[in-house]
Order: sequence, then structure tokens, then C-alpha cells
Amino acid sequence: MEIHYLTAHQLKDMLEKRQISCTEIVKSVYLRIEEVGDRLNSYVRLEKESALSRAGEVDKLISAGSDIEDFMGIPIAVKDNICTKNITTTCASRILENYIPIYNATVIDRLESRNYILTGKANMDEFAMGSSNENSYFGAVKNPWDTDRVPGGSSGGPAACVAAGEAVCSLGSDTGGSIRQPASLCGVVGFKPTYGMVSRYGLVAFASSLDQIGPLTRDVEDCAAMLNIICGYDRKDSTSINVEVPDYKSFLKADIKGMKIGVPKELMVEGIDREVKEAVYRTIKLAEDMGCIVEEISLPSLEYALSVYYIIASSEASSNLSRFDGVRYGYRNMEARTLREMYRRSRAEGFGDEVKRRIMIGTYCLSAGYYDAYYEKAQRVRTLIMGDFKKAFEKFDILISPTSPTTAFKIGEKMKDPLTMYLSDICTIPVNLAGLPAISIPAGLSGSKLPIGLQIIGNVLREDNVLKAAYSLEKAIGFTGKPGL
Amino acid sequence: MESISKDNVKHIAELAELEFSEKDIEKITSQIERILDHVANVSSVNTEGILPTSHVLNIKNVFREDMAEESVTQESALKNAPDEANDGFKVPKID
Repeated sequence: MEIHYLTAHQLKDMLEKRQISCTEIVKSVYLRIEEVGDRLNSYVRLEKESALSRAGEVDKLISAGSDIEDFMGIPIAVKDNICTKNITTTCASRILENYIPIYNATVIDRLESRNYILTGKANMDEFAMGSSNENSYFGAVKNPWDTDRVPGGSSGGPAACVAAGEAVCSLGSDTGGSIRQPASLCGVVGFKPTYGMVSRYGLVAFASSLDQIGPLTRDVEDCAAMLNIICGYDRKDSTSINVEVPDYKSFLKADIKGMKIGVPKELMVEGIDREVKEAVYRTIKLAEDMGCIVEEISLPSLEYALSVYYIIASSEASSNLSRFDGVRYGYRNMEARTLREMYRRSRAEGFGDEVKRRIMIGTYCLSAGYYDAYYEKAQRVRTLIMGDFKKAFEKFDILISPTSPTTAFKIGEKMKDPLTMYLSDICTIPVNLAGLPAISIPAGLSGSKLPIGLQIIGNVLREDNVLKAAYSLEKAIGFTGKPGL
Repeated sequence: MESISKDNVKHIAELAELEFSEKDIEKITSQIERILDHVANVSSVNTEGILPTSHVLNIKNVFREDMAEESVTQESALKNAPDEANDGFKVPKID
């Protein structure tokens, strides 16, 4: 197979056996990026020159006899809402078009200590708000499997570039499904860790009680290896959990005999494509063949998850995005004569439609007279949703569902009606509300050759069960599809 | 729940420090109305005796020793400033 389609662990083996140099790896990925050209628009910025020079340094380290650690010399794309020191971090927004962070996100420091190679900053929905990557100031991202279709969002760039061979893996962020849904639509693996396992320091905040950084990779093994690097306590993030970090790679065992799997019926109902359902049921059958006990389960409060999410996420966003006022960084309208006029015009001109819509919804839900009916009510229902999951995990080790109700939809198809777009995240949103770990793995292709994703959800801090099941099912499914791009 | 008027939306825009053209107000009013109408189904849930969750983790205030550490320099803090004067951020006059 082409070098640009190998996994990080395959490349590591080749580096160890001196079958390839890091410079060759980086060059082949950039060759692929040039070959793909502007057909996907998955990057907002490339870092070719620094990537090649770092590759040369890594090659020197290797020839000097340095141990080759996971992701050493591996080309990785980073979503453009994760701060990279001295490299623009735009959140795909006009308001941050020229913003150059003066510090690294903690995850970037951790990857740098492993001598990773940054390919570039990946495109996304503006401020991570969207499910199709059509809300980018820098233009929509296309799906590598069919360029008339969306790659999903908001981490559309990170998913598309891994699927198309424009990076070996990538980092995304997930607030309501923004890693898992695009991973599903692009046929790659995407993981959202337990809330608090990965430091949010340096991740431009959207909804702080829901946001979590995670990897997008070509297989579950790379995913586990990436979790080993990015998970762990960080004193710079007050919501970081201080627990011992396990060796996630130790959970890569194809043995799930006796595992109890729940299938939430609320995530298998109306609106789910027939082919998506069939793929999930096929996988369930595989799990049963491997000795798992599978049962349907009801989590009644999930019916309200979408509403709870849009109230809470928009409320938190309206508060978080108040920092973009044209004073300290970001776009400023230079004609404004007074301070408030400057705030308003900078924000009106700097933010795109969807971001403004969510700021408006959030401001409304938090405003006097409506706070109790919307925001506080949503927080109470959130408690019920968490309770339903808690009860489910008393009986089951993992829960299984589709990741996305449909395969990739057409560009423009859902842009007219925000609410239809929001429904794309119906299966992923409940997981963020409860802070749970969940993965999306490819479960096959539809009749029209579009990837279908399977979601595996674990209890809080039970990444072990999620990874074990994902690794076993990945082997059983045997998905090897690549886009014909 | 009550319907939302254009004046409501203008008021919210003011609170959010945003502005919309008359044409856009029309559009966003109907979109907000439709979204709020959908999310209002939470009102039908019985939450008597249920406490609100603001955060999934059972975390308390995080304290640290009050020790001086290296911090951002003035120069780097001003690096992204749209306008500056006398080592500070410069803004239009406060009305």
C-alpha cells in the first residue's frame, strides 16, 4: 500500500527496521496533499517547510540511535481550534483569521515531546459549530469518498485528511459528536475520551462542560497509542481529572467473550437509515458470535438530549465567545467611533451565521425571565440523562449504536434548516452530556460506497471496555476500504 | 412557551453585542423561534426534586500555592492586539 495510507504503528515498525526515513514519510504525505490539491479543502494552513526540517532532525536522532517512540516522526494534522505557538489558530473564523497564539495547547506540548510532525492546521466548522464543515470561513470541506458530499463536522478537516492520506492521524475536538460523526462519515476511527481525561488548556472553548480533545486515526491501535500521549492530569486545566493514566494499548485484545452489550432503542429509531441500521445489526451479530451478551435497553430521557444540548452548549458558547470583542486579539472594525460600536461591528463582521445564531440562542436562554425555563431546566434534564446512563452501566459494559443516523449527505442539503442539521448529532450528543468515553469505528460501506460508523459507548473512565470492544469488532468487521480519490 | 418578536431579538442582539440588518433580523427571528420551539420540549419533563448538573465531574474548587511563576511578557501579550498605545490595548472612546 502507498506510504501515505499506512498507520502510525506500521510506519513506526518501518522506521525501526530502517526501511524508511522520517523525511521519506513526510515527503510522501505532502506529495499526496499536492495530488489531492484543492479537491477537499481539508487544511486551512500547511506547515511543509517546518515539517521537512523537523523530519530531518528526527532522522538525525534515529541515526544517532535514539529509541523510536509512538508518533515520533509521524505527520499529524491538528484541528485549527487547538493553539499552536507561533502558528495561526483561526477556528475557521474571520474573527481569528490572523490570530497567532503565544503558547501551545497542552496536547501540542505532549506531542512535541514525542517529536511528532505537524502537517498543518485542519479546516473545521467555525468555532466547532456544525455537523457538515460547511460553516468554515475558509470554505466547505469535501468528503474524500464523494466530493459532492460533506465530510461531517465540526472536525471535517481532521477526518477528511486522515481518510484521504493527507495525514497519518489528526487531533480533533468533540462537543456533541464533532470527532465521531465526521470519523463515521469519512470511514476512520474517532475517539472522544471521558470528560477531563485530556487537558482543554489551549483548546479554544466552545462549550466548556462538553468539549473534549481526541484522536482521529486509521485504526484502533493508533487511537489507543494517541490516548497514551494526550490523556493525563494538567494543572493548567481546572477540570482535568487527577487519576492514574492506564496504558491504553494494553486494552488492544481481541477477546470480548462474556462482555455485556446494551443497544439503546432510543438511538435505533426513526430517522436512522436502513443501511446504517443493518450495519449495526450485522456488527451486533459479530459480537454475539464472539460470545457477547447483547440486549436492547431503554434510556427514556435521551428523547430530550438534543434539546438539552442545544440549550446548554449555546448558553456556554454565548458566554465563552464574549471574549472576542476586538480589544486584545482578533478582528476589529477600525471605523467604529465608540467602544460599544466597535464591539458590535467587530463581532457582527467577524462571526459567521451559525455562530451568531448560537450566541443569540444562548443569550436568550440565559437572559432574565428565561433562565429558569431553559438553562436551568436543561441542566436538570441533563441530570436525568446521566442517571439513565448510570443505570445502564450497572448492567452493561458498553452500549452500541450508530454514530450518525445517515451516511454523508450532499453539500448544501441541510444548510437551509439549522434544526435538520442539528439532528445529525442525535446519536453522539447524549455521550457528551454525560461525559462518557465513546468511539466511532467504520462498520462497512453503504450500497453507494459511503462509510457507515458504529458508536461504542463506555462508562466514565472505562476506556478499557470501549477499546477492547472496538479492537475486537474492528478485526471482525475487517474494514479496509479507501476512498477512490 | 411564548413566541418571540423582532423586538425580542433586537434586545437579545444588544445583550450579545451583535447587530443585524433589518432583513437578517427577520430571518434570524424565525430561525430562533423554530429552534426554541423544538428545545422547549424540555419543559414537559418532570424534574421535581432533580438537581441541575452544571458539570459532569464531581469537582471542587482547585487551589494552588500562591507562588510567583513566569508569565506572559507585555510584548507577547500585545502581539495580537489590533491597536496599541503606551504598552496597552488601545480602544475607541468609551461612550
